[in-house]
Amino acid sequence: MKILVPVKRVIDYNLKPRVRSDGTGVDLSNIKMSMNPFDEIAVEEAIRLAEAGKADEVVVVSIGPAKAQETLRTGMAMGADRAILVETDDEVEPLAVAKILKAVVAEENPGMVIMGKQAIDDDSNQTGQMLAALLGWAQGTFASKVELDSDAVTVTREVDGGLETVKLGLPAIVTTDLRLNEPRFAKLPNIMKAKKKPLDVKSPSDYRVDITPRLKTLKVVEPPVREAGEIVPDVDTLVAKLKAMGAV
Amino acid sequence: MQVYEAPIRDMRFVLDELWVDDGFGDIPALEEFDSDLTSAILEEAAKFSREVLLPLNRSGDEEGCVLENGVVRTPEGFKDAYKQFTESGWASLAADPEWGGQGLPERVNKLVEEMTCSTNLSFGLYPGLTHGGAIALEAHGSEDLKNLYLPKMTSGEWSGTMCLTESHCGTDLGMLRTKAEPQEDGSYKVSGSKIFISAGDHDLSDNIIHLVLARLPDAPAGVKGISLFLVPKYLPNDDGTPGPSNGVSCSALEHKMGLKASATCQMQFEESTGWLVGEPHQGLAAMFTMMNAERLSVGIQGVGIGEAAYQSAVWYAKDRLQGRSLSGAKYPDKPADPIIVHPDVRRMLMTMRCYNEGCRMLGGWVARALDAEKHSQDPEVKARATDFVALMTPIVKALFTDLGHESANLAVQVYGGHGYIRESGVEQYARDARIAMIYEGTNGIQALDLVGRKMGQNTGRLLRSFFHPVSDFIEASKGDGPMKPMIDGLEKALGALQLSTATIAQKGLKDPEEAGAAATEYLRLFGLVAMGYCFARATMISDMKLAFGTEEKEFYDAKIKTATFFFERILPQVSANFLAIKAGKKSMMALSEEQF
Ligand SMILES: Cc1cc2nc3c(=O)[nH]c(=O)nc-3n(C[C@H](O)[C@H](O)[C@H](O)COP(=O)(O)OP(=O)(O)OC[C@H]3O[C@@H](n4cnc5c(N)ncnc54)[C@H](O)[C@@H]3O)c2cc1C
Repeated sequence: MKILVPVKRVIDYNLKPRVRSDGTGVDLSNIKMSMNPFDEIAVEEAIRLAEAGKADEVVVVSIGPAKAQETLRTGMAMGADRAILVETDDEVEPLAVAKILKAVVAEENPGMVIMGKQAIDDDSNQTGQMLAALLGWAQGTFASKVELDSDAVTVTREVDGGLETVKLGLPAIVTTDLRLNEPRFAKLPNIMKAKKKPLDVKSPSDYRVDITPRLKTLKVVEPPVREAGEIVPDVDTLVAKLKAMGAV
Repeated sequence: MQVYEAPIRDMRFVLDELWVDDGFGDIPALEEFDSDLTSAILEEAAKFSREVLLPLNRSGDEEGCVLENGVVRTPEGFKDAYKQFTESGWASLAADPEWGGQGLPERVNKLVEEMTCSTNLSFGLYPGLTHGGAIALEAHGSEDLKNLYLPKMTSGEWSGTMCLTESHCGTDLGMLRTKAEPQEDGSYKVSGSKIFISAGDHDLSDNIIHLVLARLPDAPAGVKGISLFLVPKYLPNDDGTPGPSNGVSCSALEHKMGLKASATCQMQFEESTGWLVGEPHQGLAAMFTMMNAERLSVGIQGVGIGEAAYQSAVWYAKDRLQGRSLSGAKYPDKPADPIIVHPDVRRMLMTMRCYNEGCRMLGGWVARALDAEKHSQDPEVKARATDFVALMTPIVKALFTDLGHESANLAVQVYGGHGYIRESGVEQYARDARIAMIYEGTNGIQALDLVGRKMGQNTGRLLRSFFHPVSDFIEASKGDGPMKPMIDGLEKALGALQLSTATIAQKGLKDPEEAGAAATEYLRLFGLVAMGYCFARATMISDMKLAFGTEEKEFYDAKIKTATFFFERILPQVSANFLAIKAGKKSMMALSEEQF
C-alpha cells in the first residue's frame, strides 16, 4: 500500500513569531522555517508502517514555495521514498490545499493519507477533514495510535473527554496528534540519499485547481502583553474584583 | 541560562560565500556536497545538538563520571545520546567511506564539530578521540589492523583514545617509560601507567582501542625511541566481537576543574597485548598525524564554547534590568533598562561576537585547505594547501582556544554575580573552555611550533601561503571607497607581522631564547592579522550584497558593523604585540631564579 503524507513548511516551532509592522501578517523574512511538527509525526508514522511491512511506498507532498523542497527533502531524509512539490508562492487556504491534495490522490491512488491535524502557523485544523469530505473517505482525526490491517485502520483519537477508538475502512484519512509518536532524527547517510530521491515539481494549474483565497486577512496583531498581576487581601475582594471585571 | 541555536546563517556565509575564490575550491570529489545538501546536514546537526546534547550539558557537569568496581560510568543520558549520535552517522561524518564513513568535506565537518562543542564539549571528546585514533591507524596501521579495527571505530561501536601522557612527562614525551616487549607472534606486551587519558574507560562503546606511546627494549633515549601501539581493552575474537580482557584498567579518575562528563583516566597497562602501528621508533611522528587533526578540532572547541557563551550572554543582557542608559532611559515603562544598553556590556558582547565570527571564518578557510590537501587533483594547489594547513594549525589551536576561554570569561562577567553561580550555566563554559588551552600541546608549545618550526620551514615557504593571498587582497582592494580605513588598517597590521617575522628570524637564529620569548605574542599577532583579513573580506562581500540588493539586509549590515568593531577596537592589539616582540627577551629573562 502507498501512503501519502502532506507536509507544510512553517515557521520553526522554537521561534517567537514577530508581526509585520503594517499588520499584514507574520514577518517571515530570514526566519528559520521547518517542517510543521504535526506533519513530522505523520511522516514518522508512515515510515514506521513501511518499516513494519504494512506499506510499500511513502510519498510526501507539499504545496508551497520552491523552498518547500527543503521540507520535502527532510521528509525523504527521514525515510519517505519520493516527493511532490506543488509549487506556488500564493497564499493557499485549507480548502485549496484539500482540493489540490484530492487531485494528487486521484493520480497517486494511496491507500491512506496521514497528515498533521493542523499547521502551527495558522492552526486551522481543517485540511484533513475537508480532504476526507471531498474524497468521500473515512477520517480518523487527532490520532494518538494507528493500527493498520489489510482492509481497515484502527485509530485511537484524542478527544476532549478522553480517548475514542474508531475503525475505518480503507482508503482513509488520518490526522496526527502530538502523542502519536516521537519523530526520529534523520540519519546522515539518509540525508545524503534524500538528495537523490525523486522530487517532482508541479503547479496548481497542472491539477486545474483554483486556489484563489476565499478569506481576506484584515489585520494581524501581537497578542497583548500580559499585565502585571495584583495581590488581593482576601477572597471577598477577589470575588468583588472578578465581578467588576465581568469574569464571574 | 545555557541557550543555544546553531549560528547556521553565519556558518553558511563561511561555507558558501566567503572563500569562493581562495583557490581551494573546485574539487570534483566534493561536488556532490552542494549547498542544498550541506544546508540539510547543518540543519539536522543543529537539531540534534540542541535537542539531544544540550540538555545533557549541565546535568553531565553536575553529575560527572564515576569509577565503580573498576569500570567508569558516564553521566545519565550519555549512553543513550552516544547511541543516537553514532547510529545517526554523526561520528563517522568525515571518515573515509572505505571504512564506512560518510566522507563529508572537512569544511562541513568542522562546523558540525562546532555545534557539538557548543552544546556538550565533554560529550564531543568521546567520538572526537575515536576519530583521531582512526586517522592515525589509517595512515600508519597494517592492513590487518585496519581491516579489523577501522570499520568498528568508524561506526563508533568501538571508541578510541590517545595515551601519551605519563605523570612525569606531558610536553616532553622523550622521557616516557611505558614499555613494549616483542612476542614470538609479532605482537607486543605493553606495560606502564598513563595519566590524563580522555575517554580511557567508559560505558559508551563495546570496546576501547588505545593508541599507546611506549618504548621498545632497544629504543634509543629521548623522542627518537618512542613507538606507537594499538592496545584494545578487550582482545577481539575471531568473529570480531570483543573477547577477553587485555590487562588494561582505569585505576582512578582525575578530579577536574571542568569537562566533568568526560572521563579523564589514569590507565594501567599490565602486559597488555598490543600491535605496532607504523615503524619502530617512529611513534611520535605517527601520533602527530592524529595530533594535527586533533589540534584543529581542539581549536574548534574554543569557537564552540565561545559561541555558546556569547549566545547565553546576549540572552541575559536583553533580559536583565539594571540601571539606566547613559543617554536617557530606553525603556521608561520598565523599572530599569536591560543591561545591553550599557557601553561596557556592549564591549563584552561585541568582543565575543568578533572572536566567534573571526575564528569561524578563519577556521573555514583552513578547513577548505584541509579538503584541498586531501582531494585536489592539482599538485600545486595540494602543495599550497599542505603548507597552509601546517602553518595555521598551531594558530587555530592556540588562538581559538585563548579567545574561546576569554569569551567564556566575558560571559560570566556579563552575568555579574549570577554568572558565578552554578545555576546560571555560564561558569561551566569558563571551566570547560580552560582545558582546550592545555591539552593537545599547550598553547605555549603551539607558539613555539609556529616560530620554531613553521616560520622558517623551507625558507619561509609556509608563510607565503598566508602572506601572498593577504597582500594580493590588499593590493586589489586599494582605493578611496568605503573600505579604505579597513584596507589601510589591514596593510599596517600585515606590515607589523612581516616586520616581527623578520625580527624573530634574525634574532632567533643567533639566540633561540629570543624566538621563545616572542612566540606567544607572535602567534597572537598572526591570529589578529588573519582575523582582520577575514573581516575585511566579509565586509567587501557584504557591501556588495547590500549594493546589489538582498533580502538579508540585517545579516550583512550586522556583519559590517561587527567587522568595523574588530578593526577599531580589537585589531589595534597588533601594536602592543609588535612592541612586545620588538623589546625582545631581555626583561623576561632578567630576574635571577632566586629573585622569584
Ligand atoms: C582534561 C585533560 C585531558 C587530557 N587528555 C589527554 C589524553 O587523552 N591523552 C594524553 O596523552 N594526554 C592527555 N592530557 C594531557 C595533556 O595533553 C597534558 O597535560 C599537556 O600536554 C601538558 O603536559 P603537562 O601537563 O605534563 O604539562 P608540562 O609539560 O609539565 O608543562 C607545564 C608548563 O610548562 C610549559 N612548558 C613545558 N615545556 C616547555 C617548553 N619546552 N618550552 C616552553 N614551555 C614549556 C607548558 O606550556 C606548561 O605551561 C589531558 C589533560 C587534561 C587535563
